Amino acid sequence: MFNPMIWRLIWQATGETLYMVGVAVVLAELVGLPLGIILVTTERGHILESPALNRVLATVINIGRSVPFIILMVAIIPFTRKVVGTSIGTTAAMVPLTVAAIPFVARLVETALKEVDGGVVEAALAIGASPFQIIWKVLIPEALPSLVLGLTITAVNLIGYSAMAGAVGGGGLGDLAVRYGYQRFRTDIMLLTVIILIVLVQAMQMLGDWAANRMSKK
Amino acid sequence: MIEIRHLTKIYTDGQRETRALDDVSLKVEPGEIFGIIGLSGAGKSTLVRCINMLERPQEGTVLVNGIDMTALDNRELRAARQRIGMIFQHFNLLSSRTVFGNVAFPLEITGVPKGETKERVLELLHLVGLEDKASSYPAQLSGGQKQRVGIARALANRPQVLLCDEATSALDPETTTAVLDLLQDINRKMGLTILLITHEMPVIQQVCDRVAVIENGQIVEHGPVLEVFTAPKTGEARRLVRGVIEIDIPEDLLQRHSNNGDSILLKISFIGASAGKPIMADLMQRYPVLVNILFGRIDHIKDTPFGTLVVELSGKSAALNEATEYLARQDLQVEVLRDV
Repeated sequence: MFNPMIWRLIWQATGETLYMVGVAVVLAELVGLPLGIILVTTERGHILESPALNRVLATVINIGRSVPFIILMVAIIPFTRKVVGTSIGTTAAMVPLTVAAIPFVARLVETALKEVDGGVVEAALAIGASPFQIIWKVLIPEALPSLVLGLTITAVNLIGYSAMAGAVGGGGLGDLAVRYGYQRFRTDIMLLTVIILIVLVQAMQMLGDWAANRMSKK
Repeated sequence: MIEIRHLTKIYTDGQRETRALDDVSLKVEPGEIFGIIGLSGAGKSTLVRCINMLERPQEGTVLVNGIDMTALDNRELRAARQRIGMIFQHFNLLSSRTVFGNVAFPLEITGVPKGETKERVLELLHLVGLEDKASSYPAQLSGGQKQRVGIARALANRPQVLLCDEATSALDPETTTAVLDLLQDINRKMGLTILLITHEMPVIQQVCDRVAVIENGQIVEHGPVLEVFTAPKTGEARRLVRGVIEIDIPEDLLQRHSNNGDSILLKISFIGASAGKPIMADLMQRYPVLVNILFGRIDHIKDTPFGTLVVELSGKSAALNEATEYLARQDLQVEVLRDV
């Protein structure tokens, strides 16, 4: 059906997508996880109560989440150039992907940690645990299945975003779909990229569900 | 061991102020089991949380083993909390950890070495009778088993004081008895001071040495359990005691025995040693009266037997008077339910 060159393009594009999404997820978790933890623990009545910090952080995160990805991508081009030296290509696309995912991850982490029973935190306080010990030994382990599900949602979302990044020269499956499928009227290539995206999303979701299920002892 | 002085805690919700605790003072002696009883909303939960500063009181001091808990900074408070065990109504176990991991948790917090931790955890699991559940997760346990894990966890760092926040309220009566037996056992073996709060009078009856009754944030009555049970002074205490050892004599029984002419109805309460004396036989030998026993029961308040008897005495009115006086002279409480 396709000549070998097209297949090579498809493989390459799939690799780029996985690379973009993989790196962006890891970086976004690295920043978003602590932000989510701060968001929860600085709430009134929690272990690091600080209403002012909480309000500022919540506002910044909400602003981050309100900017449409396509606009964010363009708006932070100067920043992207500063970080990776270029504003075109797969590596450059990772910067806006990461930036867009950070507030998203922070909110998902917040939701996951809020599910932890307040009584368990109280028990840890009564035992004499420090705030750091409570975060590390109580909040994160207790919320782990939810955190993993959140990670899965983030990865799936980023696959969608990465296709958008492709539209402006970021590489990956989205880029392939636009350049070959749309601009050269190759409906078959378009269809194949969509199928690959569906398979990727499905596989990630299944993996995430399986892992979360295994971790849950409830 | 625990001394609470003039404790006041006020919750503010917008404009409204609620005095959850209002100038509460009490003292718990080393080695005793002290109960605080009250209805929900009376302030008992706030009181127990103020002891390890899970709640900060606005006024007053809390001394635990001589340390003023209200004056500690964060680090000192954490160290002090490690010396105070606490168990909860809903157990509050870590669902992601096994039974072993839950009991090991406080030892991890204090930085006990791994080998020592293992030894201590197994010892504690043996104490609460859960050696075979070490690798189970809390979700696989029954309520009673969960509370046993809670107790083992609370004892891990060898505390001098154990706080029990409605520890048996989520358990059925049989499991409650088993958990209370365990607490009493620990109290005897280790001399651990236990402060428990509850809304269930049978809990107080079964294990406590002394009790305080709390109502609207104030201690309205306190003293040895036997005293509060047998001679409650306040309305709140009477309400709580009623139904546990108070008796309701059926109305028709009273009616049936009301037109017998020369008879009176008495309620006699025996406490401790007097429960063993043959008072009724004695009475019939001394005075020309007939004793008809209508109702009788024996309860235990902690380890002291406490008997109640409702009797009908019949005979000549002079003999009845003498007999009643005789009874009143014995170590008994006599209440005339119906006169001649």
